[in-house]
Amino acid sequence: METGVAILIGLFFTVAVYLMLSKHLVRILLGIAILGNSVNMLIFTNGRLTREIPPLIPSHLYTPETATANPLPQALVLTAIVISFSFFAFLLVLAFRAYQELGTDEVNKMRVAEPENDPTPPQGY
Amino acid sequence: MAGSSVSVDYAEAMITTPIAAGDWLIVAPSLITMVGGALCLMLRKNTDLQPKLGVFLLGLLVLASLGLLIRVLDQGVITMVMGNWLPPFGIAVTADPLGATLTFIGSVVAFCAGVFAMQTVSSSGRRYGFYPFLLLLMTGVCGSFLTADVFNLYVWFEVLLISSYGLLILGNERIQLDGAVKYGVLNLVGTNLFLIATGLLYGIFGTLNMADIAVKVDALDNPASGALATVAALYFLAFAMKAAAFPVNFWLPASYHTPNIVVSAVFAGLLTKVGVYALIRIFVLILPASLEYMADVIGIVAIATLITGALGALAQSEIRRLLGYLVIAGIGSMLAGLAIASSGTQATLAISGAIFYAVHSIIVMTALYMAAGIMGMMGSSFNLRELGGLYHKSVAFAGVFLVLAFAVSGLPPFSGFWPKVMLVDAAFQGGRFWLGAAILVSGFLTTLAMGRVWIYAFWRGGPEGTADGQSVDVTGAAEGQLSSGALWLPLGVLTALVIYFGLQPEWMIELATQGASSVVDPFGYIRSVLGEQG
Repeated sequence: METGVAILIGLFFTVAVYLMLSKHLVRILLGIAILGNSVNMLIFTNGRLTREIPPLIPSHLYTPETATANPLPQALVLTAIVISFSFFAFLLVLAFRAYQELGTDEVNKMRVAEPENDPTPPQGY
Repeated sequence: MAGSSVSVDYAEAMITTPIAAGDWLIVAPSLITMVGGALCLMLRKNTDLQPKLGVFLLGLLVLASLGLLIRVLDQGVITMVMGNWLPPFGIAVTADPLGATLTFIGSVVAFCAGVFAMQTVSSSGRRYGFYPFLLLLMTGVCGSFLTADVFNLYVWFEVLLISSYGLLILGNERIQLDGAVKYGVLNLVGTNLFLIATGLLYGIFGTLNMADIAVKVDALDNPASGALATVAALYFLAFAMKAAAFPVNFWLPASYHTPNIVVSAVFAGLLTKVGVYALIRIFVLILPASLEYMADVIGIVAIATLITGALGALAQSEIRRLLGYLVIAGIGSMLAGLAIASSGTQATLAISGAIFYAVHSIIVMTALYMAAGIMGMMGSSFNLRELGGLYHKSVAFAGVFLVLAFAVSGLPPFSGFWPKVMLVDAAFQGGRFWLGAAILVSGFLTTLAMGRVWIYAFWRGGPEGTADGQSVDVTGAAEGQLSSGALWLPLGVLTALVIYFGLQPEWMIELATQGASSVVDPFGYIRSVLGEQG
């Protein structure tokens, strides 16, 4: 089970890296969205995929009777989903604003902060 | 609930001893900034109240972190666990001398920036939330320094990252959007790599508590093997990206000169150092065996960062961009300390050198950006070709700048000198001569770059084209602001600290040594988190 999911996660990472190597901001952002999801799947798989019963404790006990599913990765993934989702939303708006202001979504042409033919500093002392 | 029928022994699962009143200080830095940030956010339309409230809260933060530092030095490492659950199940917040020192210095710098911003951040900047963002940034910074849980560290990183996005684009200018795109994308990739490494670490050990992981790694037969090697490499890549180490640092020179000068000052002071702190915490405390075999890689990265940072600074005529490269060169020195620490015998000296350097760099880079802001106001430009005659304008300011230039280059008698002495000493004792040489060469190149700024902006009579011996009366566009004490007070305080640490380094060296030994020899740390069982 873990092996199959691990291969799937590897595919996700491949796609994410491929998209992030693009010059166009929109593709880079899609790559980041996929990267975030592959990380979530990776954390989930690292908590071990088991077909155990849900982690509920009977009311007359204070530890579970048998092995249960691992609840911690779900909490971790939930946190990571919320964070990566909000960052993705922010970056989408940022990319749109940058496109409006700079007139391009190609990162090589975004040279306002670092102009291309920047004058050298004065030479000599 | 049916719980009444079961007799529960709480001592099995929880810490039952009450928490000492002073130990609450450990959550105070995060709490003050989080609640204060929310308060500022609600009052953000009241632009007159904003700066006063923000500075007051940052002042509280300084007091709380000073109290925490004193308590840690007095009582040793202190830990508080969320929900009082026995570690490693509850999320532990731990203050050791390393974390407490950096929290205190970081708070002082944030306070100074808060005061500086009273003058430089316009009322529209306040309305769009400068102070809430600054406070929430400090939540993330302090939280990172004080957490003892790897996943929690990731969360604090994200808190500081999202606040830094807000600060970076405050003002919404073209150049800022361009810088923010690069900063935003590359930093998010960095935190994702951090999260991958954390997921794998959890998969291996089934725990996220740093002390617990350190114990479990120590118990392994081959603590540098297979899966852990992957984890270590990923952590190094992720934090090197955060710390702006060569070759994954191109986001820094692309973005640090774009926002308001006080935002640049805070970023240059704090953000990259959080990355360095995480590297020290992860590699020295948790994965010392991995540090040993990665030392050569870290050393090469350190040398490349030191040299490219200083060369980059030499090639710039825009002083804010020049300072951005100097931030990078400083990171190289701290990484050099980490590389030297692998050899074991020099570990405490090298790490304490790196910690002292981090403290020095936090203070001096913030002060230099503030000074650059004032230079910009005096000469209406940040370009070396257009600046000039500032020495005649204010001799005292020229003196302050010269002190900071000496300090950042590592020349005595200022704060940059001592950590470099410690690092070079450790490098030569540990047989890593190349690292020692790179630190010295980088210091020399930095001296050249800063010397050029001094000669052109201060000594030359006026802008480019002014004849020798002539002096032109420069009048800056923002002349009226220069009389404000809000500009000079924070710069003065930071410069005084630079001079003090230069003339009286014993106190800081002692503090840095304590910080270094708490990670190099983590017995006290582990016992504080895990209790006697550790």
